[in-house]
Amino acid sequence: MLGKTAGSLYWMARYLERSENNARLIDAGFRIALTRSSTAEAEWRSVLVTAGQNYAFQQTHQDYSSQRVVDFMLRDPANPSSILSVVKQARDNARTARTYLTREVWEAVNTSWMTLGALLKRQVREDDLPDVLAAIRQQSALVRGAFSGTMLRNDGYNFARIGTFLERADNTARILDVKYYLLLPSVAHIGSSIDNVQWETILRSVSAHRAYHWLYGTEISALKIAEFLILYKQMPRSLAFCCEQMNDNLDLLQRTYGEETDAVRMGSSICRDRLSRPIQSIFDGGLHEFITDFLRANAALAQQVERDYRFVE
Amino acid sequence: MLRGKGWGISFFDEMTGQGSEVRSPYREYSEWFDREDAARIQRKTQQAEAFFRTTGITFNVYGQDEADERLIPFDVVPRIISASEWRRLSRGIEQRVRALNAFLHDIYHRQEILRAGRVPTELISRNEAFLPMMMGMDPPGGVYTHISGIDIVRTGPNEFYVLEDNARTPSGVSYMLENRETMLQMFPELFAKISVREVSDYPLNLLKSLAACAPPKCNGTPTVAVLTPGIHNSAYFEHSFLADQMGAELVEGHDLRVVEGRVAMRTTQGYTPIDVIYRRVDDDFLDPLNFRPDSMLGVPGIWDVYRAGGITIANAPGTGIADDKALYSYMPDIIEFYTGEKALLPNVPTWRCSEPDHLKEVLDRLPELVVKEVHGSGGYGMLVGPAASKKEIAAFRRKLEANPRGYIAQPTLSLSTVPIFTKSGLAPRHVDLRPFVLMSPQGITITPGGLTRVAMTKGSLVVNSSQGGGTKDTWVLED
Repeated sequence: MLGKTAGSLYWMARYLERSENNARLIDAGFRIALTRSSTAEAEWRSVLVTAGQNYAFQQTHQDYSSQRVVDFMLRDPANPSSILSVVKQARDNARTARTYLTREVWEAVNTSWMTLGALLKRQVREDDLPDVLAAIRQQSALVRGAFSGTMLRNDGYNFARIGTFLERADNTARILDVKYYLLLPSVAHIGSSIDNVQWETILRSVSAHRAYHWLYGTEISALKIAEFLILYKQMPRSLAFCCEQMNDNLDLLQRTYGEETDAVRMGSSICRDRLSRPIQSIFDGGLHEFITDFLRANAALAQQVERDYRFVE
Repeated sequence: MLRGKGWGISFFDEMTGQGSEVRSPYREYSEWFDREDAARIQRKTQQAEAFFRTTGITFNVYGQDEADERLIPFDVVPRIISASEWRRLSRGIEQRVRALNAFLHDIYHRQEILRAGRVPTELISRNEAFLPMMMGMDPPGGVYTHISGIDIVRTGPNEFYVLEDNARTPSGVSYMLENRETMLQMFPELFAKISVREVSDYPLNLLKSLAACAPPKCNGTPTVAVLTPGIHNSAYFEHSFLADQMGAELVEGHDLRVVEGRVAMRTTQGYTPIDVIYRRVDDDFLDPLNFRPDSMLGVPGIWDVYRAGGITIANAPGTGIADDKALYSYMPDIIEFYTGEKALLPNVPTWRCSEPDHLKEVLDRLPELVVKEVHGSGGYGMLVGPAASKKEIAAFRRKLEANPRGYIAQPTLSLSTVPIFTKSGLAPRHVDLRPFVLMSPQGITITPGGLTRVAMTKGSLVVNSSQGGGTKDTWVLED
């Protein structure tokens, strides 16, 4: 297949994943802003930092009011990471890779662009926000369903999957990056237990607060949350899960192409060197250092994939 | 009775002729329509629109600030052509396409037609569409216009005219195919009742036709690719649609480069040669080394590969000389010169504004004529005299006087009408027809019918989609 097409499938998947992740971040931020107006500004700020949009926001805005942040993240055309911009980029990539997509996938992506375009035409009222966020999640589920149900399991499929999991791993690691201080043992010691609302926000940002309780019961500990988000392989947004999926798809590419690329080697080294150890050892080495290193390795892998498979010249 | 009333001319309606009797090709359809519930058809029309939107059958309009994606309006009433009408049309079209190719070969070789004085030399030598670099070149398979579109208009029961030849990159074939697909989904019962000739084999015929023109350096099964300027091009949907239907790669200039004397595409595993390129970019943009140096759409060096027999370019570079509007008026002579026969399908009478006596007549009769730019297309920059205001005519007069060579003029034809479905029932609207013609060393294939374009506004004679025109499914009946 064309390198450009592989790149378009990869970016289509990344952007779709990003729109869903950003919707989830807005959802989590919105909850905390409703329940804790005193810390709302700081929360919105950290949501923007997590989404990598704080710098752009500061260029055009003075204060972090819910209304402004939500509007910026949902539909500001000047914000290249707003959900509207991201969905448009997903659709542009789908158009470029149109000949490799099934009619079902293309129509799901196109419908999602049309539906969200209509929903986000005007500023979203606060009481409509939950519905709008639900619609975003639903559109993304429809695309995912069409993708998983109709696409050939060939190299194109692998590139899209690699895009999905690189993006997701990046997102989960960023959430940890922004909130890691809450999980540090010292804080837990000082405040006896970590702030209930805060840890719930973290778990909601990855749609896993229910799953956490199923697994760990009512016990809330920094170590367990970190373990859950970093190492727990059954959790579809954990770093370990994402890495495993990335490697599976890189392996399949290696088998199809009969060529071991640097990307394949880098992918397996992330799993082996960074994620095959107990959570305590991660804390011992410094949680912040771990996350910073993971984000760097993940980004380097993304670049290597683009190079090895000739997405661009 | 459906009778056009624009400017006192009465129009031939293809469903009802000049009177109230339904013409025979429409009889079965008309019976079906009369029994149908209008509300149901209305609903189907809306479904069709939603279908076009989700499928992404849209086009971008140039000259607008935002890259706006629009739907081409689709009308559910088919345009129906009888088997005998089609036989006559297709014979005329085939003759014309053969003549176009013979003309192109001649112009780029011995130029017999110029020596014989049948076409003025300066019309070629001064023409921007003439590519001196093609002199002496033999395109693989000897084919110049692998794909052409011959625009036909009708003015009466037996009067058909060729309005325009499209020998560069005629577009619209995806609409022909999707219109049929939509009709089949909406009204399957109609196709069980009426025998309509298939159009769905076009992509396969296109692939076969292109593959049959593979270049000498091709090894084994030819690799075909469609070259598009990219997703912002107004016809991008069609480019991806055709690539998809043919199972060919859809490439842009930056996917290609010349590697070891072949044009190769960048795949995930390195560069792989391609044999035939169905390009949807203009000559000027093909090769920045040999044509426009500022172009990013083409492939540096593709021209040299072409000359060395390493790639087939479809349509061949330089075919634009054959569909030039100034040359159009010579088509009857061109056909006679190469085929030894009279043209089966007549031309529309045309005044060449480059000739002083023609220009004078055109200027005198401006309010009743249609004036077109010689190099224009898409219905941009034309004057429809009877529909224009005094001010528009005066402005056009100044343009025409400043550059007479740039224009041709034709009488305002009383184009036939076909009914469209409106809220208040059937209403006549003007139509034209663009049949699509494939040429390969094995022969000429014409898909039965083609694309019917329809002016959606009452009285309007401009059917171009860029000017608000719509399309219809076109039926050629089985014998």
